[in-house]
Amino acid sequence: MKKVFKLIDLDCANCAAKMENAIKELPEVDDAVVSFMTQKMTIKTADDTDLDALMAKVVKICKKVEPDCEIVLK
Amino acid sequence: MSKKQKNILIRIIAAGILLVIAALLPLEDKSPLRLAAFLVPYGIIGWDILWKAIRNIKNGQVFDENFLMAVATIGALAVKEYPEASAVMLFYQIGELFQSVAVGKSRKNIAALMDIRPDHANIEVDGKLEEADPEEIEQGQIIVVKPGERIPLDGVVTDGASTIDTSALTGESVPRTVKEGDSVISGCINQNGTLKVEVTKEYEDSTVSKILELVENSASKKAKAENFITKFAKYYTPAVVISALLLALIPPLVTDGNWAMWIHRALIFLVISCPCALVISVPLSFFGGIGGASKKGILIKGGNFLEVMANAEIIVFDKTGTLTKGVFEVNEIHPHVIEEDKLLELAAYAESYSDHPIAHSISSKYGKETDRSRISSNEEISGHGIKAVIDEHEICAGNSKLMDKMGVDIVPCDKTGTMVHISDNGQYAGHIVIADRIKETSQSAIKRLKARGVKQTVMLTGDSASAAEAAMKELGLDKAYSELLPADKVDKVEKLMEEKSPKGSLVFVGDGINDAPVLSRADVGIAMGSLGSDAAIEAADIVLMDDDPEKIALAMDISKRTLRIVYQNIIFALGVKFIVLLLGALGLANMWLAVFADVGVSVIAILNAMRAMKIKENSSDQN
Repeated sequence: MKKVFKLIDLDCANCAAKMENAIKELPEVDDAVVSFMTQKMTIKTADDTDLDALMAKVVKICKKVEPDCEIVLK
Repeated sequence: MSKKQKNILIRIIAAGILLVIAALLPLEDKSPLRLAAFLVPYGIIGWDILWKAIRNIKNGQVFDENFLMAVATIGALAVKEYPEASAVMLFYQIGELFQSVAVGKSRKNIAALMDIRPDHANIEVDGKLEEADPEEIEQGQIIVVKPGERIPLDGVVTDGASTIDTSALTGESVPRTVKEGDSVISGCINQNGTLKVEVTKEYEDSTVSKILELVENSASKKAKAENFITKFAKYYTPAVVISALLLALIPPLVTDGNWAMWIHRALIFLVISCPCALVISVPLSFFGGIGGASKKGILIKGGNFLEVMANAEIIVFDKTGTLTKGVFEVNEIHPHVIEEDKLLELAAYAESYSDHPIAHSISSKYGKETDRSRISSNEEISGHGIKAVIDEHEICAGNSKLMDKMGVDIVPCDKTGTMVHISDNGQYAGHIVIADRIKETSQSAIKRLKARGVKQTVMLTGDSASAAEAAMKELGLDKAYSELLPADKVDKVEKLMEEKSPKGSLVFVGDGINDAPVLSRADVGIAMGSLGSDAAIEAADIVLMDDDPEKIALAMDISKRTLRIVYQNIIFALGVKFIVLLLGALGLANMWLAVFADVGVSVIAILNAMRAMKIKENSSDQN
């Protein structure tokens, strides 16, 4: 499945690239894009993935790279 | 400016004034008092960077740009370059502010390009108009669109007439007139009359939300250049930081030389270690190009398609609906013994009970109501045509087989298209040629594509060889393959794929209805969106909202221009950074130049990237 999340206060383009690279390395993620321009994150993962658990990891990664940036989890 | 940006601006001004004061104070060079004087502006402008550096280093982010800036400036303080340390921090913040303002502005500009989102829908409640959220309107509800308002949802006009401006969706500036029974799509602006519209699609399925979703998602399909930059960014910072370390350690160890000098040179490296200019400007250029194209009615689903479009070498067109209008029209009326009007009248009467598209085209050409009392019998002979008795005359209208059957000799015709022969009491009366009209812009579209370096233009059609040949000649195409079934089209496209050069790409253009397999087989599939056909928008990589084949040339122009800007930025940013790194290593650059190579280059690259969204039409036409 493909999920899109809004990002708030993503102020640095290089951080977006770092987040993207780190999220891509998660085993359950097939592909990830963090767009600095649209302030959005797109994650592709298998349909049976536990999304909540995955997003907890993703949030942790993002906090590590850019503590000010917040992911809007719908 | 946002609150955050205003805050920074105040700090920049304060720190700037204090920095000038510190420089003017008559203090002894390298004295602790002078350090204190410079530490005041340094603290004002840099405290957040220092704080973020500490916080991020706790998170294990060694190559964080705040950390590297902090190390560089503290290092400068340590080697007693006090003014430089404060000034570098100040310029860094000025650059960052510029950058954030420029990015914010371009985001807003691109959003404005796509400003087709309706804010409300009017519904009638107890005879009064009320504003409602378009998302809450259901299918079948009647909405009222006042003059000057944006049509919020797709629907059919049930009452009223007006002209609507479709330019936000199609780039077409000529308004379209609509009346009762016409369908209208969301995002268009109603110009002069009040319309009552029955909603046919809910908001999330409407044209507006489809387009917005498509363009916003385009950022997730990255071009090769973007992927290159992301990968490059991953290695660039560590590489520069390691070089800085080596520069600080090895030369003084080997030459037993001046530690302070080499550390100072190494600090310059740290200032240039962020690949920001590239990481921001390359996606911004692609996003700008896609945004600008959407303003012209060209929807592009990702930056990667811009790259492929720019190298288009073979363009394959489907005929019906793509190069032609896809509607049958009477092209020629060739009477034999009777008047032209009389022939058309006979044909219209004979075909008046038929529901065939050919019958429709004849009756629309005739344009008058038929008086059915004049028709005393009407018989459809399947596969042949119609035999009718009109005003006591036996009229036959149909193909040559019907004429054969009736024993009527026909007069052959050299025109291409579908022939309807007409006989009157066994006498040949003439024929009507019905053909699909070629779009007005098809011919110039082919010409413009060739001027842009497209090597082969090919047409695929299910039509007869003679019709294909005629269209090919008229349009100036290189090749035409006729009498193809949908499956044959895939084969032909696969064969053509083998003919292109390794760098070139094959573009398929179709109306999107029966071409889904071909659209996905080609390097880029372009669909004629026919104002919101879902199948077309779904299957293609690029959608032309107004079905105009000339837009393909414009899409190529936009692609080439966007890529040119992307490469300019890559070469410029990397070039400046490497030159400053080199000068820094040789001791010919100072930290000021390094700050320019970092944030100054970013700002210039962003300004250059913003050009991508301004689309000039016909800018590079050679004819």
